[in-house]
Amino acid sequence: MVRMRTVELTVGAFMAAGLVALFFLAMQVSNLNMLSNAEGYQITARFDNIGGLKVKAPVTMAGVRIGRVTHIGLDSESYEAVVTLTIDPQYNKIPSDTFAKIFTAGLLGEQYIGLDPGGSQTYLKQGDRIALTQSALVLEDIIGQFLFSKAQEASKPSAAPGAGAASPPGGSGISKGGADPAF
Amino acid sequence: MNGVAPMLGWLEQLGRIGLRVIERLGRAHLLLVGIAGGLGSLIVRPGLLVRQLLSVGVLSALIVTVSGLFVGMVLALQGYYVLSKFGASESLGVMVAASLVRELGPVVTALLFAGRAGSALTAEIGLMKATEQLSGLEMMAVNPVNRVLTPRFFAGLISMPLLASMFSAVGVLGGYFVGVGLLGVDDGAYWSQMRATIDLHEDIYNGVIKSLVFGAVCTWIALYQGYDATPTSEGVSRATTRAVVHSALAVLGLDFVLTALMFGG
Repeated sequence: MVRMRTVELTVGAFMAAGLVALFFLAMQVSNLNMLSNAEGYQITARFDNIGGLKVKAPVTMAGVRIGRVTHIGLDSESYEAVVTLTIDPQYNKIPSDTFAKIFTAGLLGEQYIGLDPGGSQTYLKQGDRIALTQSALVLEDIIGQFLFSKAQEASKPSAAPGAGAASPPGGSGISKGGADPAF
Repeated sequence: MNGVAPMLGWLEQLGRIGLRVIERLGRAHLLLVGIAGGLGSLIVRPGLLVRQLLSVGVLSALIVTVSGLFVGMVLALQGYYVLSKFGASESLGVMVAASLVRELGPVVTALLFAGRAGSALTAEIGLMKATEQLSGLEMMAVNPVNRVLTPRFFAGLISMPLLASMFSAVGVLGGYFVGVGLLGVDDGAYWSQMRATIDLHEDIYNGVIKSLVFGAVCTWIALYQGYDATPTSEGVSRATTRAVVHSALAVLGLDFVLTALMFGG
């Protein structure tokens, strides 16, 4: 009978160890602890182009993750992307004139939404819409603009030498337009 | 004219092989039905299951955890080599955890399980048959399938997901030791990137489902090979070899099918 008890004890320890391992995987390795506070309030933002933004991408303010992208749709009349953000309930004081931008983490990293708080005294509530948005940087567009400005720079001095002074502001203007959203 | 006779002989042989395969498959499925039918009597006597959990599960735990540790460590070393070329060595945790939870955990555990526990099951059942213990049980009006095979099958079914979880968990820790301790990946990035990417349903549940399927298939093949073995010492040895080979092939083949079903779409 004592032997049977040892057997049962070892098997119990084995099953406990297996369940602990599964629990460890669920809690420590997966994003279960993030799913658990998925409740919150939802706000929408419209973008001309969301680039590579995906559902579950983080929403940050001052670099702190305060929510997640929970739905992405297309408004078939205005051809804008409608992104639904679910903000954690403890962050309930986001000014209504907040600016939403799509950023890229690293050069090739995933895209996320950064919120720049405004100065309004009214706060965003469930179902509100962020009016001020800035689209994602699409690498091909930037390269296209860059090549276009280079081509202009190259062609202008030969075609009209007198207008040479006009091309640097034009060139820097476009490169500034490309660089500005990155900040 | 004389070309037809060898052709017919060849066709005849092909047909015989095909029929034998189908016959074996049929016997294996009948055995599975018999095993499942013994579930009721197993619930009445859980002590039988506990004993089998000891020999099938507990005694496999050591080899599985040690292998998991080393597999995780190697994954971290190899993954770091590739990821650092792209300047993405912070994603090491994701790589280690995703490959362990989705693929290597269930598959390598199943292969180890087939070698460690499956072969032992086949040899045990085969020898029981060779020494006519199974017939002896039948003489005593005890159904040998219910009494001997059912507890072993369910022990395998229960043990596999637990063993695979241990493998993956220990592997993630092994990857952590090598990645953070040895290669200097950031501690926080290892865990946070992992947590941000690995999904409980998509990755971990599917891995557990995989290991459940592999556990059932490995144990089933091992029990069938033992039960169906020629009752001689040579027959038992061949059955043991077949059990391991068939289990390994079935696991790898099924893994492709399951992966395509779970992650392919």
